[in-house]
Amino acid sequence: MWNYTDKVKEHFFNPKNSGVLETANAVGEVGSITCGDALRLMLKVDPDTQIIQDAKFQTFGCGSAIASSSALTEMIIGKTVDEALVLTNRDIAEYLGGLPPEKMHCSVMGAEALRAAIANYKGEEWVDDHEEGELICKCFGVDAAMIERAVTVNGLTSLEEVTHYTKAGGSCQTCHEKIEEVLEAVMAKTGALKPAAKHTPGTVGLDAIKPLPAKPEPAAAPKLTNVQRMQAIMGAIEEMRPQIQRDGGDVELVDIDGKDIYVRLTGACSGCSQSAGTMMGVQMKLVEALGEFVRVKPASLMPAHAG
Amino acid sequence: MTIPNVTVPNRGVYLDNNATTRVDPDVLAEMLPLFTEHFGNPSSMHAFGAAVGGKIEWARKQVQALLGAAHDSEIIFTSGGTESDNTAILSIIEAYPKKREIVTSVVEHPAVLALCDYLEKKRDYKIHRIPVDNRGDLDIDAYRAALSDQVAIVSIMWANNETGTIFPIEELAQMAKAVGAVFHTDAVQAVGKIPMKLADSAVDMLSLSGHKLHAPKGIGALYVKRGLRFRPMLRGGHQERSRRAGTENAPAIVGLGAAAHLALTHMGEENTRVKAQRDRLEQAILAAVPACFVTGNPEHRLPNTCNIAFEFIEGEAILLLLNEQGIAASSGSACTSGSLEPSHVMRAMGVPYTAAHGATRFSLSRDTTDAEIDHVIAVVPGIIAKLRSLSPYWEQGAAKPKEFAPVYS
Repeated sequence: MWNYTDKVKEHFFNPKNSGVLETANAVGEVGSITCGDALRLMLKVDPDTQIIQDAKFQTFGCGSAIASSSALTEMIIGKTVDEALVLTNRDIAEYLGGLPPEKMHCSVMGAEALRAAIANYKGEEWVDDHEEGELICKCFGVDAAMIERAVTVNGLTSLEEVTHYTKAGGSCQTCHEKIEEVLEAVMAKTGALKPAAKHTPGTVGLDAIKPLPAKPEPAAAPKLTNVQRMQAIMGAIEEMRPQIQRDGGDVELVDIDGKDIYVRLTGACSGCSQSAGTMMGVQMKLVEALGEFVRVKPASLMPAHAG
Repeated sequence: MTIPNVTVPNRGVYLDNNATTRVDPDVLAEMLPLFTEHFGNPSSMHAFGAAVGGKIEWARKQVQALLGAAHDSEIIFTSGGTESDNTAILSIIEAYPKKREIVTSVVEHPAVLALCDYLEKKRDYKIHRIPVDNRGDLDIDAYRAALSDQVAIVSIMWANNETGTIFPIEELAQMAKAVGAVFHTDAVQAVGKIPMKLADSAVDMLSLSGHKLHAPKGIGALYVKRGLRFRPMLRGGHQERSRRAGTENAPAIVGLGAAAHLALTHMGEENTRVKAQRDRLEQAILAAVPACFVTGNPEHRLPNTCNIAFEFIEGEAILLLLNEQGIAASSGSACTSGSLEPSHVMRAMGVPYTAAHGATRFSLSRDTTDAEIDHVIAVVPGIIAKLRSLSPYWEQGAAKPKEFAPVYS
């Protein structure tokens, strides 16, 4: 069973603005019945003010597809066309309080329909650049196409590099075999281990695939005072909590012992099969925040203090 | 469109018994002493162990009786259907290393399909995946053509988990024997619903899973006909006559034994009362809902299973609304599994995408009551109508599909 937020459920069980908008002067249609989801977005735009006065949708799809469509209409009514165009699929997902990684494509469909509808209003042709492939990394929602692109363009040769460039495989690690298969296939196609030409900015839509921050070299890391360091750790954990709480769990900082940071997972997290992934996520976040390598460990592993 | 406000039966309506079943209270009662009282290791040389050993042999006899096997030693307890399937196939290809082909079907469970994919990719096996027609029946001509003396093992399921369609296992097994291939069947869905007499059958190996027949999860069995070459998958201690190492999961084994005994006594009921409930549910839905149809072969299927494809709407949305009404069902839609494609079974049968995404499975059990069926019959039409009112593929007023073909997909 998916872990849908209350907001997603609200928009699924009682969708806003569903149905046909007879007075529409802009229609965007994306998806197909083959893909399993399709959306028709109908807008009524005031030609003088460019304000979207009304929006309605019809959606074929799962719970989160319907909720994303409903949320989208609520978000754009009252906005001008240009204001609406700024919206991304992330905005839709955030409006809904988050979507499971496997369901992020539902928000993408909403954003695409919006662009298609506005293009239709302006009389432009809209080019679809959304590629669908087999979803490889479920934790970060990375599909085969994205990994292939990253590997080809950057001449990646190892699983580790793929993780740095796409985040794929960086959490629960269950997809490592699949990533290696994609990697092998691409390398076989491009002439084995010969590294491809360095990526020239702007040649491919790689903006979405920025490398993760390189592993900080110890010397280069800014030296934090103990208090600053503790605050940075507390701040980073505080930032992660809402996301973990959404899954019914929680995380608390227990102790900092040099490079070892002890946390306690509670609520739904304790005993959850994903808790190792959650721990790893916390660790990644802390490494990023501190610019140094730290290990996140469960509080149960804390060495007993003498006296 | 509103959904009639019917009282939801307290405990919910569980129609997902092909996914898993409730442990029968009588099964649990048999198991409980094994945790605290008869906790010994059956391999141990003392009374604590001996008491458990006797229980395990009792359980083996119950499974033997359910399968109609000639000898109780033909039953190996495993951790479940997946382990049984993997053991069967890996054992035979190791025992017959010169035979480099495997025959299976396109609608098998992933426990077989994913293993075959792996053997094809990494160990160079030639895999024959026999197609099915639009009613889910196996293409017998293709099957015959695939059989040869190069085939080490045939692995074909007895009944399909999604549609309930039953394959002619005895006929298929005899054809396999004729070319000298070992015949294995994944009978996880069939055991307890179809009477079996493996002693008189050409079936060499059979997988079953406890939690599909009111035993707990994590226990299953593999039937291996006496005299068949066998290579264990798990090596270690001498348990299960050295065919499956590891200390016996005694409570679960006894649970499976008790469940097998109950399944045998309830087999008639499954094929009469439960079947009648299934038929009533199906006919009522087909009569009340336009643009839907039964998938698989309705004449030749499990008595408890009904899979209806509702066109132009998506399965996960159906399940969420059913769940609001306390009804648990299952779907072959892409979105329920997190994959991007609808179930391989629906695609193999050539069910159009317009319907495959809306395929919904109701699977009953001997726990199902008439009142529960009434409740489902009362709410399903409203749920389907509500979702169709949102669908761009459905012409609201005319209650029929309409043209919708986005340029961008």
